Amino acid sequence: MTIPAPFIDVQNLTMAYGDFILQQNLSFSIEKGSIFTIMGESGCGKSTLLRILTGLKRPAVGDVFFSGNNFWQSSKKKRVQRMQQCGVLYQSGALWSSMTIRENVALPLQQFTKLSPTLIDEIVELKLALVGLKGFGEYPPSAISGGMRKRAGLARAIALDPEILFFDEPSAGLDPISSKMLDDLILELRDSLGATIIIVTHELPSIFALADNSIFLDTETRTMLATGDPKILARDCDNLKVRQFLSRSASLADQP
Amino acid sequence: MNPDCVLQASHDKEELCLAFLGSWLIHVEPCGLPNFTQLFTPQTKSLCFDTQHLIEWDSRFLVELSRIIAIAENQSIAVDITELPSGVRKLLRLTQKKTTIPPDKKFRSLGVLEEIGNHTLGFFRQSIEMLAFTGELLLLYIRFFSGRARYLKKDLLFFLYDCGPQALPIVALISFLVGFTLAFIGSVQLRMFGADIYVANLVGLTMTREMGPMMAAIIMAGRTGASYAAQLGTMQVNDEIDALQTMGINPLDFLVLPRVTALIIMMPLLAICADFIGILGGFFIGCFSLDISPILYYEQTIKAIHLKHFLVGMIKSVVFGYLVAFCGCIKGMHCGRSADAVGKATTSAVVTAIVFIVITDAVFTFFFNVLGV
Repeated sequence: MTIPAPFIDVQNLTMAYGDFILQQNLSFSIEKGSIFTIMGESGCGKSTLLRILTGLKRPAVGDVFFSGNNFWQSSKKKRVQRMQQCGVLYQSGALWSSMTIRENVALPLQQFTKLSPTLIDEIVELKLALVGLKGFGEYPPSAISGGMRKRAGLARAIALDPEILFFDEPSAGLDPISSKMLDDLILELRDSLGATIIIVTHELPSIFALADNSIFLDTETRTMLATGDPKILARDCDNLKVRQFLSRSASLADQP
Repeated sequence: MNPDCVLQASHDKEELCLAFLGSWLIHVEPCGLPNFTQLFTPQTKSLCFDTQHLIEWDSRFLVELSRIIAIAENQSIAVDITELPSGVRKLLRLTQKKTTIPPDKKFRSLGVLEEIGNHTLGFFRQSIEMLAFTGELLLLYIRFFSGRARYLKKDLLFFLYDCGPQALPIVALISFLVGFTLAFIGSVQLRMFGADIYVANLVGLTMTREMGPMMAAIIMAGRTGASYAAQLGTMQVNDEIDALQTMGINPLDFLVLPRVTALIIMMPLLAICADFIGILGGFFIGCFSLDISPILYYEQTIKAIHLKHFLVGMIKSVVFGYLVAFCGCIKGMHCGRSADAVGKATTSAVVTAIVFIVITDAVFTFFFNVLGV
């Protein structure tokens, strides 16, 4: 599959809340099948960028293209179709608390496919097995741990075999081992499902383990400081702040 | 164009080869696949796959494939998966990984007897909870009056404003219409005896003794009691109540005290307004529909309502205020930790408050009757 235009292309994007401009002049593109991280300090607009890419918030200025189609210029129906091809894993799983894990994963399948109930059950069981939660289908989300809730959220996100998977801080609140396991799972899923993965994170180990490409957002200049492979950026980026972020070397003494 | 999900089986001595053709996607209509067990013959010893003409695949393919593999493994047939796409092989390996913890708890549906038993136990538990909460509130007010309670004056003012002026329009509207309706219904009956003027007595007494305090309380249960339960329940979900506790601040002092106090203070005031506006509703009907002169209606009303009637209403409304705040706060403080639980807490707060209001009103009416007040 060779697509001449980049899979996801963001051009001259400005994010704002009312008069307050959060970030401006963001332009970057994401290749199909790659893992892209959105990095930056707390409060720089990482999560807002994610909301724009997933179609929850309209950008103030600029365009987002998915396979060459302008997302915000297309009709509401087209946008919803596009959104159905995205899976999102929210920070704390965002499982619907009134349903069991099985019902959570089954809901998109019941709503958007014509599969028979038995087949849906089998797919749900398969997805749960993929994230290592075999046999937890009948549990309510409140009865399992935070890490498991996150994995159940991932099972729900991949229920419809999405083309694009979004992760909002996948390692937040997880211990190093669970977080490493989640990273491995993300890599495995990318390799086998062929999905494009976009991750918002500031966990350095995850960034280096996963990312092929990245963008660094800055609060002070309100724009992107760098884009590229974080392993290369850490060594060769000409911006001090990016190098400090990626090598974790800034200290309070450096502050002016 | 290739047809969607086609399965071709070919037997070669002891080997069964399955060829997958077309698109195997979850969005494809359910397609007529053969019963997989019938593919296997007693001679089959090994199974291989051919995916050369497989165009697209996703979980649909995986599910059907794992079903076939499960059958094969059941009959101890060797499965050769090397011909499958690499992504499929990886995913299959991933699904076969051991689950971290085997589930130990069973979530099953309960029988009828069990449900009855659970509800009975739940009723007792709730009664005890309510008694305990009443005791805690008593201690809370001892702390409050001895000046040891830790709360924000700003919060108290906010809740006073929220329960008073903010609630007034809706209370006024409802009680005006209640007075209006009472006068209308009453006039039809009293006209038969030529006693139109007693509409003033009827409306005046009913509003001050019963309907004023009661309508105000029911509106406040739906408006403020529900909001108390939802606020406190959401705080419970967000760990905010835990945060207060770890800081050494008693959540009862900080959260419950201003809410309960505000409602106890404001409810009688709302009831006074409800009384007055309800009587105004009756006056409206009396003057314009029954042709009673306004002066006469006014004097008849003044004659009918004694201070004791008014005080009965006031005592009731203070108690109602306490009940509404009590139900809202206890349901909120004892809320579970999910969005679902907040909804249940809110519903339960309103229902319990209204039930309590009606029961208490009946008890009051009975006792005041016995006492001859």
